[in-house]
Amino acid sequence: MWKFLLPFAAFVALVVLFAFGLNPSRDIHALPSPLIGKPAPTFALTDVLDPSRAVSNASLNGQVYVLNVWATWCVPCREEHEALLSISRQHVVPLIGLNWKDQRERAKQWLEQLGNPYQAVAFDGDGRTAIEWGVYGAPETYLVDRQGRVIYKFISPMTQQVWDREFLPRIAAARGGGA
Amino acid sequence: MKPRRMKRPVRGNSVIIAALALVLAGVMGEFTAFAADQAVDANGQLEDQGLQTRFELITHELRCLVCQNESIADSNADLAVDLRQQVREMLVGGKSNDAIFDFMTDRYGEFVRFNPPLERKTLLIWGAPFVMLLLGGVIVYRVARQRGRMPLDDEPATRP
Repeated sequence: MWKFLLPFAAFVALVVLFAFGLNPSRDIHALPSPLIGKPAPTFALTDVLDPSRAVSNASLNGQVYVLNVWATWCVPCREEHEALLSISRQHVVPLIGLNWKDQRERAKQWLEQLGNPYQAVAFDGDGRTAIEWGVYGAPETYLVDRQGRVIYKFISPMTQQVWDREFLPRIAAARGGGA
Repeated sequence: MKPRRMKRPVRGNSVIIAALALVLAGVMGEFTAFAADQAVDANGQLEDQGLQTRFELITHELRCLVCQNESIADSNADLAVDLRQQVREMLVGGKSNDAIFDFMTDRYGEFVRFNPPLERKTLLIWGAPFVMLLLGGVIVYRVARQRGRMPLDDEPATRP
């Protein structure tokens, strides 16, 4: 009995392991963020477009907002830009940009040429703010609730589908049904 | 005339297999310590030798999340450079090793540590090698015992 059951059990265990491990839709580089449910780190930086203008997420307290980490050296960021522009036009939540380890001039050029989906873009030239948020790649997109807690992190280029599937329901829930 | 099969000294065999397994385990362990190159740091060494030693220890312990199989000490990825700088500043600022590890795991998660602390949720990681070793030992033992019961020459087995 054991002679047959044991290899069979081992086989089933392997199938389960491979189904999880070799699943092509699983991004092996995506890591769970320890920030989920914790207060979003506050930052006080300057605006990419206007160094004299301060950008801080402290002023967004009480609002649900989205923070998108991007850079001009990041190819997938170029890929998601169209989607961000379209999402921004839908005016669901404030979309804040965090320009990560970039050059101001290049970032400016990017926004002028491709369009600016952000309400404000904070310039994180030395990457300090990104470390606070646990950023390890770009693009990354965070969702912050009214209490200032990070409730979701998406790693990969944003698309309208991801927005509709992952973000909209969470935004609705964070607002407690009311808009 | 059929050639007689070699007589198998079963007890000796299992000892040899066990010894080989141990040697293999040792070799595998060595490989993990193989790629210990230091990435070039623009800032050079820390002045305090004690701090420099701790700096090297900590940066070898932290995973570079961009490359994932390199430590931030070995990696020249931008993020690794930034994190080394962060570690350096925290050391100079008088932070303890634990405070620095906590800082990193608070932001990047447990995965950032190559050597996760032994606690309840990491029990599987720490326990698995021993479980595997035990399992392998049991299998080797059983196989060896079974062979011991087999006939030593070409006579047909008496077992059904």
